[in-house]
Amino acid sequence: MKLARLHTSVSFMVLIVLWEILARFSGWSRYVFPDPLTVVAGMAELIKNGTLLKHTIASLYRVTWGFYLAIVFGIPLGILLGRVTVLHRMANPLIQFLRPISPLAWIPLSMLWFGIGDRPAIFLIFLSSFFPLTVSTTIAVRNINPTYFQVAANFNFSKFETIFRLIVPAIVPEVVTALRISVTIAWLVVVAAEMIAVQSGLGYLILDSRNALRMDYVMDGMIIIGIIGLLLDTLMKRLAKIESARWGAQAR
Amino acid sequence: MAEIRLENLSKEYVNRRQRRRSRQEPNQRPGDRVLVLDRIDLEFKEGEMVCILGPSGCGKSTLLRIIAGFDRPTGGRVFIGGKEVAGPRSDSIFVFQYSGLLPWMTVAENVGLGLRHLKDSARKEDKIREYIEMVELEGFESYYPHQLSGGMQRRAELARALAVNPSLLIMDEPFSGLDFLTHMKMREEVVNMHEFLRKTTLVVTHDIDDALIMGDRIVVLSGRPATVKLQQTLDFPRPRDFERSPELSRLRSEIFLMLGVPYAV
Ligand SMILES: Nc1ncnc2c1ncn2[C@@H]1O[C@H](COP(=O)(O)OP(=O)(O)OP(=O)(O)O)[C@@H](O)[C@H]1O
Ligand SMILES: [Mg+2]
Repeated sequence: MKLARLHTSVSFMVLIVLWEILARFSGWSRYVFPDPLTVVAGMAELIKNGTLLKHTIASLYRVTWGFYLAIVFGIPLGILLGRVTVLHRMANPLIQFLRPISPLAWIPLSMLWFGIGDRPAIFLIFLSSFFPLTVSTTIAVRNINPTYFQVAANFNFSKFETIFRLIVPAIVPEVVTALRISVTIAWLVVVAAEMIAVQSGLGYLILDSRNALRMDYVMDGMIIIGIIGLLLDTLMKRLAKIESARWGAQAR
Repeated sequence: MAEIRLENLSKEYVNRRQRRRSRQEPNQRPGDRVLVLDRIDLEFKEGEMVCILGPSGCGKSTLLRIIAGFDRPTGGRVFIGGKEVAGPRSDSIFVFQYSGLLPWMTVAENVGLGLRHLKDSARKEDKIREYIEMVELEGFESYYPHQLSGGMQRRAELARALAVNPSLLIMDEPFSGLDFLTHMKMREEVVNMHEFLRKTTLVVTHDIDDALIMGDRIVVLSGRPATVKLQQTLDFPRPRDFERSPELSRLRSEIFLMLGVPYAV
């Protein structure tokens, strides 16, 4: 455990040293390729004047909303499609058709429908998580061992019990994995959405800094995005461990 | 009441195999029907333990599933206590070939599945404890199934089945996958349970010795499509022993022969 952490820090150190060497000897100016110290100084400025916090909160706010909406609609829909074959046959082709359309392709329409501000961005994040969540939930439900449904029938489970004491606990491990993947996608999408549809958020910070030719700020934005992405993934991994440890599904 | 009557029971499956032909069945095509059970007439008396033997894939599990109401026959009817079976009921509990414990529930929660109607939670706890003690799983109440050994899982499932106090117990190869000693102990436990509670019990097994040691009666099915090939009441006192009862040994050899093994090992 300690050793693994050491290896991780070594790789980050190597990255920083390489960066410093490149910045010094590549012949590019500080404005095009800032060195690590300049970036750290820029970070300090952004933290001090509150810009960074403001934009981070704006991005997290949108991701949270979009992601929750995707959970609230995607998982119940997935359960329904997983259980009702007729609905599955009708809806599945539609979902498979809409799924490969990048959420970014929806930007023009979402701006037209929702105007400027948080709502189009939230809509895009919703789209990016909704399809993967629905599809994974459907697959998870269809893969439930049929024996469990026979047990449920044998013990006279009501519809309610079949959903909340059989289907939901049975799909938790797969759904948590799907959540982990889709939160990563949502985080990718929010940055892109903010470059176009809104005037705040980390994506906007990057775009705005580029227009002001502040490449150090651009890099700061990227670093924060990376760190938050890492934190989100760690959070989800924790969740997966807790849930699957309960009944012995392999944790990944 | 659990007198069971099977009348002219048949079951066909539509063959959904993708490959056009297989070596065993060169004439089978996808979409063809496969007859699994062929006009089976059987009766099981109340309180009787009947062991059903037959070659692998002959339709033993199918027969049990139909009696339990999980599956519909394509011909004939099943009556339990004079009433036709229309679907699964908590009055006939199925013990599955591979574990049927719900993996996200603890042993106590699994055993409590059949006691959900009890409003009085103290009484419910008592019942759960009683049945867990009956299969000697005290101390494992809060374990999840994956934390138990194979034998303990079977015992937990047996406790869950008995807790319902069903009038019919249906067991599909209850000892498959257990090591030799656990198998022996489990078998003894099922026999004792039956002596004690006298529940109508149907046990499918592929182990001839199990059938002869446990059954009040044995039914031997033929290969697919399954028909009843032999029925034999076993009037031997328990505990049974092949050494001390030459009659039982003779029967054993006969059944071995019937199932296609020329001599008993
Ligand atoms: N749902 C199904 N659809 C099509 N065919 C089936 C289905 N279930 C069972 N069968 C076929 O019916 C036959 C009998 O199956 P069954 O599981 O009842 O056999 P079994 O006697 O219990 O075998 P084993 O001893 O291996 O458990 C098999 O040949 C199987 O391929
Ligand atoms: Mg079987």
